[in-house]
Amino acid sequence: MSKNRAAVLGTGQTHHRAKRTDVSMAGLLREAIDRAMIDAQVGWDDIDAVVVGKAPDFFEGVMMPELFLADAIGAVGKPLLRVHTAGSVGGSTAIVAASLVQAGVHQRVLAVAWEKQSESNAMWALSIPIPFNMPVNAGAGGYFAPHVRSYIRRSGAPNHIGALVAVKDRRNGAKNPYAHLQQADITFESVQNSMMLWDPIRYDETCPSSDGACAVVIGNEQAAAAVANPAWIHATAMRSEPTTYAGRDQVSPQASREAAAALWKQAGITNPLEQIDAAEIYVPFSWFEPMWLETLGFVPEGEGWKLTEAGETAIGGKLPVNASGGVLSSNPIGASGMLRFAEAAMQVMGRAGDHQVDGARTALGHAYGGGSQFFSMWVVGAEKPE
Amino acid sequence: MRDVAVVGFAQAPQVRRTDGTTNGVEMLVPIFHEVFDKLGMTKSDIGFWCSGSSDYLAGRAFSFISAIDAIGPVPPIVESHVEADAAWALYEAWVKIQTGEADTALVYGFGKSSAGNLRRTMALQLDPYVLAPLWPDSVGVAGLQARLGIDAGLWDERAMAEVAVRSRRDAETNRFAQLAGSKDVDELLASPYLAAPLRMHDCAPITDGAAVIVLAAGDRARELVERPAWITGIAHRVDSAHLGARDLTRSPSTAGAAQAVGIDGVEVAELQTPFTHQELLLRRELGLGADVRITPSGGALAGNPMFAAGLVRIGEAAAHIADGSAGRVLAHATSGPALQQNLVCVMEGR
Repeated sequence: MSKNRAAVLGTGQTHHRAKRTDVSMAGLLREAIDRAMIDAQVGWDDIDAVVVGKAPDFFEGVMMPELFLADAIGAVGKPLLRVHTAGSVGGSTAIVAASLVQAGVHQRVLAVAWEKQSESNAMWALSIPIPFNMPVNAGAGGYFAPHVRSYIRRSGAPNHIGALVAVKDRRNGAKNPYAHLQQADITFESVQNSMMLWDPIRYDETCPSSDGACAVVIGNEQAAAAVANPAWIHATAMRSEPTTYAGRDQVSPQASREAAAALWKQAGITNPLEQIDAAEIYVPFSWFEPMWLETLGFVPEGEGWKLTEAGETAIGGKLPVNASGGVLSSNPIGASGMLRFAEAAMQVMGRAGDHQVDGARTALGHAYGGGSQFFSMWVVGAEKPE
Repeated sequence: MRDVAVVGFAQAPQVRRTDGTTNGVEMLVPIFHEVFDKLGMTKSDIGFWCSGSSDYLAGRAFSFISAIDAIGPVPPIVESHVEADAAWALYEAWVKIQTGEADTALVYGFGKSSAGNLRRTMALQLDPYVLAPLWPDSVGVAGLQARLGIDAGLWDERAMAEVAVRSRRDAETNRFAQLAGSKDVDELLASPYLAAPLRMHDCAPITDGAAVIVLAAGDRARELVERPAWITGIAHRVDSAHLGARDLTRSPSTAGAAQAVGIDGVEVAELQTPFTHQELLLRRELGLGADVRITPSGGALAGNPMFAAGLVRIGEAAAHIADGSAGRVLAHATSGPALQQNLVCVMEGR
């Protein structure tokens, strides 16, 4: 049995900020949803189902908040599905919505992912003591810093690569009106002079805490025929592995490598570095750019930092990575994965504005979560898949 | 649409308190083994995995992360998770099989309600700006719903007690049930109120538990078991969150899902009704006649493992197809305060 074709008809996102005290949770979601529905040229009657994604409920202090949001997000009388797969959730949510169309269950599905971190305290929510588990009291940065150090040691990367990524992504973010951090004047020197938080990760190499939401409308072939320049979904992949097991490689997780291999195969891509025009990769700490470039198969192991150092991941380079500014410029956790997926779609739709990559026809959206153990990714293209 | 069937089902004993962690692994590992042994499968035979659980119930962020340790997902697996009863995870798995990306799926749900104060925890599902700060707990909200139905003449306390008696006597033959056996209706009605008009017997017990279901498509299902429970329809809907704005004596989401699925001719209906009046409400909404056997397992009133109890209903209904005791069955799952969200699944033997 073959899948039905599916395409992104429209995308929308909020202005991401540290504290969106001007809106309720419902208001935040609607800001993204309304923009996505206008972009997709659809009304509420056109939406068959709503899929909601977000990271842990403790981040806002509401249990299963999609229930109380049902009215505001237009779900009443319709199917409402809530996805939660850690940091990869924004991507997983888009994939579940795509599946509903690819399965032939629905014609048009609205997917929305969000986080309103200012309602609660993510650091606290991640630090609840759990019996028989190592505490993560230092938050995500403290957890991932040893992986970064291990990458530097294994690859022989020079110490300044992380700062290069931070400067690029923050300057890209300044071209994106929705980005939380607007730092057009950031310099390599200022990043290197910023405070060391979790050696080797400095303050300026770290994602912000953001309030924000992202929405996409996904439709079938018939729905896509009614809009200009839809982003066709060429492939999707999800993989999970345990947080710890004997022999686990946390720098280059097997789940990441296998998800990427499945993704490229499904999309008919044999040389991703040549065939992908723009990539939106989940990089919450600068060093994850070279790390994921390798496990995604863009370059051989140990070579990721060379692509970054050569400037090839900047807009205008061989593989522009995070032209939107990425997670380093905005991190509404649950929405961050969907932002990567939506920004990839915006590139191939030609709707990325000042951060548009010229001639982008095929793009990657990528997200990961947990202890580098949950992965979701998709390839979207301007051309209808075969 | 592809033909997809329930081919395997196992559940942990429904008990008041387990010694295990809130991650569910201690409850899940034995039932994974049970279902795999029964089907002659291993984890590498599963094409897609999906679970349902709640961080708030577990009292921690990412409760599902440790739960996947029950699988031992090395090499990595294709996996997803819903923050809802695992019946919705089964829906996601059914969709995945419909895309053709998988031919088999394993769905599981778990909940350790004993870890906290369930009534208060569930109050945090309500609107956080205007309602949750008042702390109307889950039993109180259900009591309001029961009262509205009584005032409207739709049911009374005796009819509610009759549901309790039937459910807990049915549970005498369910070896997984937490509560089995019941006093007579008159004795029950002599007991004090818990949250008027609800008495203790009107409310589901607080339960720790877990369940697992295996789905398979077409020939794969026929290879695995003699009588697959073919899913002829599965759908779900949600109603308004505003308790004061919707008619709590009705369930348009249940009726809408049932209409989408087509439920005519079902012989058994396993309904997830944690409160007695909710069975009376749903029977009316679904138009189930006296000839339909209602929740013969005893249902949530005999054991209510949160985030698994809806999946248990699907498993219990499918068991009637597997053993040939029914040809067409209905399973219902619910989520949210006062039956806000509902799922209906119809299965058939062929």
